[in-house]
Amino acid sequence: MPKHTFILNGKRVHVDCPGDVRVLWVLRDLLNVHGPKYGCGLNVCKACTSHINGKAFNPCSVQIADIKPEDEIVTIEGLAGTVNKDLHPMQEAWLEMDVAQCGYCQPGQIMAAVAKVKQARAEGRKIGDKDFDEIRNICRCGTYHRIREAIKAGEKKM
Amino acid sequence: MTVTLPPGRDDATESEPATAGTSRRRFLGFLVAGPTLVAASQIAVETQDPTPAAAAVPTPPEPGDLYDLGQLQVLATKATSNLITVEVHKDNTVSFAVPRAEVGQGITTTMAILIADEMDVPLDRVHVTLSKARPEFQFNQLTGGSNSVRSLFAPVRHAAAIARKRLVSTAADRWRVDASTLTVKDGVIHSRDGRSATYGSLTKAAAASRPLPMSAELKPTAHLKLIGKSHNRIDAHAIVTGRKKFAMDHVVRDAMPTMVCRPPTIRGSVKRVRNRSAVLKMPGITDVVTVSTGVAVRGRTFGQCIDAVRALKVTWADGPVGHASDADIIAALHKNEIPLAVPDVSPLAKTIDVAFTFSFASNSPLETGTAIADVRSKSAEVWACLKAPIVAQQAIAEKIGMPLDAVTVHVVEGGGSFGRHLFHDTALEAAEISAKLRKPVKLMWHRTDDFRQGRVHPMATSRIRATVQGNNVLTYEQRHTSVSTSFGHGFGDLISSYAGTLPGFNTLGLAQTVFELSQNMPYEYGVTDQVLDEVDMDFVTGSMRNIYSPDVATARELLTDLLAKEMGLDPHKFRRRFLKDDRAIAVLDKAAKVGNWGRKMPHGTAQGIAIHAEYKGFCAAMVEIDCRPRTVKRSIEDAYTGPRVTKAITVVDVGLPINPRGLETQMMGGMMDGIAVALTSSLHLRDGHFLEGSWDNYYYTRQWNVPPTLKVIVMPQTTNEPGGAGEFGVAAAKAAVACAYARATGRLPTKFPINHDEPLGFAVLPTTPSIPQSPTNGLQKTY
Repeated sequence: MPKHTFILNGKRVHVDCPGDVRVLWVLRDLLNVHGPKYGCGLNVCKACTSHINGKAFNPCSVQIADIKPEDEIVTIEGLAGTVNKDLHPMQEAWLEMDVAQCGYCQPGQIMAAVAKVKQARAEGRKIGDKDFDEIRNICRCGTYHRIREAIKAGEKKM
Repeated sequence: MTVTLPPGRDDATESEPATAGTSRRRFLGFLVAGPTLVAASQIAVETQDPTPAAAAVPTPPEPGDLYDLGQLQVLATKATSNLITVEVHKDNTVSFAVPRAEVGQGITTTMAILIADEMDVPLDRVHVTLSKARPEFQFNQLTGGSNSVRSLFAPVRHAAAIARKRLVSTAADRWRVDASTLTVKDGVIHSRDGRSATYGSLTKAAAASRPLPMSAELKPTAHLKLIGKSHNRIDAHAIVTGRKKFAMDHVVRDAMPTMVCRPPTIRGSVKRVRNRSAVLKMPGITDVVTVSTGVAVRGRTFGQCIDAVRALKVTWADGPVGHASDADIIAALHKNEIPLAVPDVSPLAKTIDVAFTFSFASNSPLETGTAIADVRSKSAEVWACLKAPIVAQQAIAEKIGMPLDAVTVHVVEGGGSFGRHLFHDTALEAAEISAKLRKPVKLMWHRTDDFRQGRVHPMATSRIRATVQGNNVLTYEQRHTSVSTSFGHGFGDLISSYAGTLPGFNTLGLAQTVFELSQNMPYEYGVTDQVLDEVDMDFVTGSMRNIYSPDVATARELLTDLLAKEMGLDPHKFRRRFLKDDRAIAVLDKAAKVGNWGRKMPHGTAQGIAIHAEYKGFCAAMVEIDCRPRTVKRSIEDAYTGPRVTKAITVVDVGLPINPRGLETQMMGGMMDGIAVALTSSLHLRDGHFLEGSWDNYYYTRQWNVPPTLKVIVMPQTTNEPGGAGEFGVAAAKAAVACAYARATGRLPTKFPINHDEPLGFAVLPTTPSIPQSPTNGLQKTY
């Protein structure tokens, strides 16, 4: 069986599985990293949003064969580690605004939020309603309003 | 409930004048025997209910105003309140295994607040877990009807008060001082002479060696520090760090990923599997087995299960719905509609008739159907999010042919519910698969199946005839005709067992009882009659958040705007004039004021206002909507945009709000649901199956539909009892959006959601294979 290796939350990991297995299942079923959630497996609901080399991506829609050994994948479990803190500023903002209800989508929402703020910053502007309207992550509990508030608060802290 | 207790009810009749939020009535509880302190509640039914059922006989036409569904549920839980226990641990924590499901509504947080406040322990030292299925709870292990706080408020506080009193008296005995001289702060008892002891250090000494009755009183309201104040969720940190565990995050030895290949028609069945051995040879696959719902595959990863499900060649038999489409169901409903009565009013009265159709909708949460089952030769263990776990335990035991006590059912936290988890479909299916394979399974439904084969909110029509003369509404008749709604046995048995004791209800069916007990008429509309007629068509239905109310209220509020127009009154003024209750007027006025009701709006935009009364509370919504073409047609990839609600205000009076911040979140969620079912989200039935198969097909509210301005106002306490929260926000929001849409477009919408008959905005996924393959181009879509 093909061997694959990449950097996950700062540590090198190895996994043996066919190359067409999507990264979401490599994380969840083979590496027991359960922060990224399954909500559709179609790159629609975005519940599995994580980061690859600093950018948001959806592991449900990437084959493990397409991941290179030097690729760095960060899931919600490793987000705080990217800033060497117990909590990333965006996670802190999420707590301040008490965003979550059931919490199922929130790891993906937070990972999307961090990427969205970075994207706006790279374009030299603050995040606004137009950016929020581009966030596709589903929250079936309907926490969208507090997500917006938390992203604005998180942006200030980042 | 007297089983574990000696008599002593007289003690419970002692009372002091009630104060806001609490009763200072002395109550009886008891200590459970054990090595550390376990305190239990026991409520004397005859003294606790200020309005016993017999004195609150619901008399049609508006029974829900007098005696509502929630009171029936509270009554049904009282017999087992002695099983509500809190335990004090040596590490200074207090624990409570709540016999309810946590699905995001925040019940664990609310329970922790009640216990922490009564015992004076820090909130983070109260650990609330979910009780496994315990049949002795009977009707007291059911989550539904927005009733958990209403039914647990008293017994949980009682158990906490008993625990506190016992700990304090234990310290007093030890120090040989009078207990009344001791104070408690942060879980530490202090004496006047400077001695102190933690709860944890006393729990062993405070423990009872045999069941011991005790009486206690609740803290006076003035001493409450947490109830009524805003708190964050107790699981928020676990959520934002990804540590909160949902069913599929639990690791059970050898429980391997499992999925089911499902039929192309609703509830179709397997005739023959044509390539079982070929699929068994696929990478990672360990098992392929036919079960009552389809063909199950088990493998190393869910991704490989998806491959196997897609590869299966199965010959299917049609399900009971056959190849029906939306139009067939609408026709069947119309055929079953009972004509509206000709009211006996003056010939000068004007009759206004309206008729609405509400489409099928999905209550699918973001977490699809999930369950872990480990069925062995003589015992079984199941993990799932279940709102009626006792019923699930019974069904599973029956299915796998085991005695009830051989089946352990763990209730795990759910990623949303919206009514879905009242049913145990997935847990039962997992148990069946595990029993057949004699192997543990981790079963997960595919998203596409969750929409297409999961439970649905039934299609319904709602017709209203009102008569008006001068400035009076003389009559109001509403006939709601619906594809029948399943309530699940847990809810169903509770209703059937208790509703029969209410005069006038013993002849009603289950659904009619729920309808009658949940529908209030907030307006003075003269002779009022609201009736439900059901048509059983073998759909797999369920009660979606707020059950009938969003549809019934939308019809009523649209009609109300027509009545206002008829009398030449502004919608807000008209409602003020006709609302019965001052609490209703207060929330309406607040919504109008905060929302700046009546401001001049550009052409193609409008305001809408609506009200709903339920759960012994009142909810008003005011929205502004933009229906101008440039907004409706704004383009976002793979998105349905449509009219946008640009401002949404909800004002809620639940009587006694326990955690206003948590209540706000529930109302916000209700608003998002209301916007969705008014404007965008529905299922289309075609050729025996629903077309929607992903979140880009089923248009639940997305960020691009969210009102840029949104506000929830929680009214200050108005009564001494907490009302319902979880479902309460939906009805008024949906109705207000519908009213605003009608005013913005000048057209009365008669079908919901309003986009249902527009051309489909998505390519329909095939039904064979039953689920789509995951994309592979994710790295091209990074940002």
